[in-house]
Amino acid sequence: MDLTFNEQELAFRDELRAWLAANQPGTEPAGDEDAAYGWRRDWQRRLAEGGWAAVHWPPEHGGRGASLTQSAIFYEELASANAPLPANVLGLLLAGPTIMTWGSQEQQERHLVPILTAEEIWCQGFSEPDAGSDLAALKTHAVKDGDEWVVTGQKVWTSGAQYAKWCMLVARTDAQAPKKHQGLTYFLMDMEQPGVQVLPLRQITGESEFNELFIDGARVPDSNVLGGVGNGWKVALTTLMNERAGLAFFLQVRLRQLLDALIREASGRGLLEDPVVADRLGELHLKAEVLRLTAYRGLTAIEQYGQPGPEGSLTKWMWSETNQQLTQLAADLLGPSALRSGDRWAYELLRARGNSIEGGTTEILKNIVAERVLGLPRAR
Amino acid sequence: MHFDLTEDQKEIRRVARELLAARSGWEQVRAAAEGRAYDDALWRELCSLGWPGIAVAEQHGGQGLGAVELAVLLEQLGYACAATPFLSSAVAAAAIQAAGSDDQRARWLPGLASGETTAGIGTKANWGPASAGHMAGSGTPWLAADAVGAAVLVLLDGDAAQLAVGAEVETLEAIDPTRRYATVSGGDAEPLGPGAADLIRTAIAAEVVGVCQRALDMTLAYVKERKQFGVPVGSFQAVSHRCAQMLLETESARSTALYAAWAAGAEPARLPEAAALAAAAAADAGRTVTASAIQAHGGIGFTWEADVHWLYKRAQLDAALLGGARRHRARLAALAAHRAATPA
Repeated sequence: MDLTFNEQELAFRDELRAWLAANQPGTEPAGDEDAAYGWRRDWQRRLAEGGWAAVHWPPEHGGRGASLTQSAIFYEELASANAPLPANVLGLLLAGPTIMTWGSQEQQERHLVPILTAEEIWCQGFSEPDAGSDLAALKTHAVKDGDEWVVTGQKVWTSGAQYAKWCMLVARTDAQAPKKHQGLTYFLMDMEQPGVQVLPLRQITGESEFNELFIDGARVPDSNVLGGVGNGWKVALTTLMNERAGLAFFLQVRLRQLLDALIREASGRGLLEDPVVADRLGELHLKAEVLRLTAYRGLTAIEQYGQPGPEGSLTKWMWSETNQQLTQLAADLLGPSALRSGDRWAYELLRARGNSIEGGTTEILKNIVAERVLGLPRAR
Repeated sequence: MHFDLTEDQKEIRRVARELLAARSGWEQVRAAAEGRAYDDALWRELCSLGWPGIAVAEQHGGQGLGAVELAVLLEQLGYACAATPFLSSAVAAAAIQAAGSDDQRARWLPGLASGETTAGIGTKANWGPASAGHMAGSGTPWLAADAVGAAVLVLLDGDAAQLAVGAEVETLEAIDPTRRYATVSGGDAEPLGPGAADLIRTAIAAEVVGVCQRALDMTLAYVKERKQFGVPVGSFQAVSHRCAQMLLETESARSTALYAAWAAGAEPARLPEAAALAAAAAADAGRTVTASAIQAHGGIGFTWEADVHWLYKRAQLDAALLGGARRHRARLAALAAHRAATPA
């Protein structure tokens, strides 16, 4: 047991802190999503110039070969410095590592640098209207035509598609395969072509982080198949395995900052004297700490055994529940002033509703825990 | 950063788990509980292995290990729901080792480490408001585990702990028959140094983690086996999601208990907050996880025969010894307010 950082970890953190202090991202442009995105894109360019855009990538691809703990430190420090996530976060966390695992030499040389520098943004074309939690049920299909594939179908919940040059696309290439997760292929699809249409989805917050993607005869050359025809399920799992690792630490610090802000507001109104308020804030403080501790336990488990322990599947579920509880408490404590459109707390309250749906609904996460961790029979 | 037991600690865990599985199954626990007695043969065996002195320095006859090793043993004893005075004696000894004076150590530790004498631990029997510094007025009696026949008592009141001798002790039949309880009043008390109360609560929290884990394991075995509508009841989401929730609460308690046990030895400055986290998480998790175990067992879970009730009852008394979750959340709120007011 040692819950302190070792010398390399401390050196990494101090170097990063010094860099962040000298390279403040400034304030997010308010009320203009495109401007805010451009700001995050600029931020990633600066991170890349400093060698901080993809610390977990190996040095030969422009990363620092950071350990899992150093990666966790990176996201914790980024959040602590009030800096945003880099614009091309899906490229850095998902597409890059998947291409490194499955990509040919040519594919790696073509794609990794533009991901790192945010020159080319990536989106993830997995979910469909009838294939959300049940991903293997996806219907988008690709048909071979000479040395190209012709893709038709629809994707949904595609974050950042309006800015993306490339899409990690999973499509069905063999409708006759005996099982539904067979016969899938993973493509690197160019978004800038007539067969691809992006329609923003307006969220309950009024913003559009997500999109619908209509694909009608889009063309993908053979050279943009990743990991082989018919191997798409395995390649997609690589992407999904990478999904939750580093972000947990960013989100955990954000939650702590939000809780601190709520405590300051509650304190300013004299609410901390109320034992019921203190009890609920004490509970949230406990949950925020449990989240941090459990995330670190998960890191140790992965470092030791190569896979997360039972606690690893719990953090996203715990985080979403805690964030929802926190934002609801804020609305309850602060009253009508927290419910004005445009107010920070009003925004957080609405945005938090998505937390237990995006990246795996809580119900599906509970199924996964029950079946894969606890060994219970398949849910019905 | 290495948030896991060391190889040596895992070995202690393995040995403890195997010994208790062989020596303290439900048959033995039930016999002791129904006879309102301890499993003396088991206790003698634990003493001969030096367990009560695990966190006592070698110069006082102990093993010279720390709070993490103590927590490892307690988790396994909680898992077995073993009927011994181990918790009180070993934890009192650890507290005297960590926060006692030289005189107190010399006087009490050799006997406690060898098992020749035993100690009791207690808390105020009737509680006042959670926000008050003390749990109740000075005249209030104490609820103590293992006080009958104990050479010395360690009594907790809020952040403070004291050593008491010569107190008036009266047997109390609590709902948990796997352990002996008493009401304590009077006697001569001398204070223990800072950190004693936090260390004791950390250790109790570790026992609760074991209680939760056993409740979860028993429930999983049952819902995989028990069939209704032609399928195992564990295939219904209402049941399987309850089990997932039990895991979440057990692992939350485990994360905080391990953190606090580590802090007790390595970073005492972090112990007050870590112990409050562990106590709040364990008091609630113990109660809800064992209650869930009864529910998931259905009608059989409500019977005396089913054995899950021993865990529920132990969890209730452990939560009481911890001081309940509420007062620790009040302490955490105050700590969080302090942190929020002073940005890093």
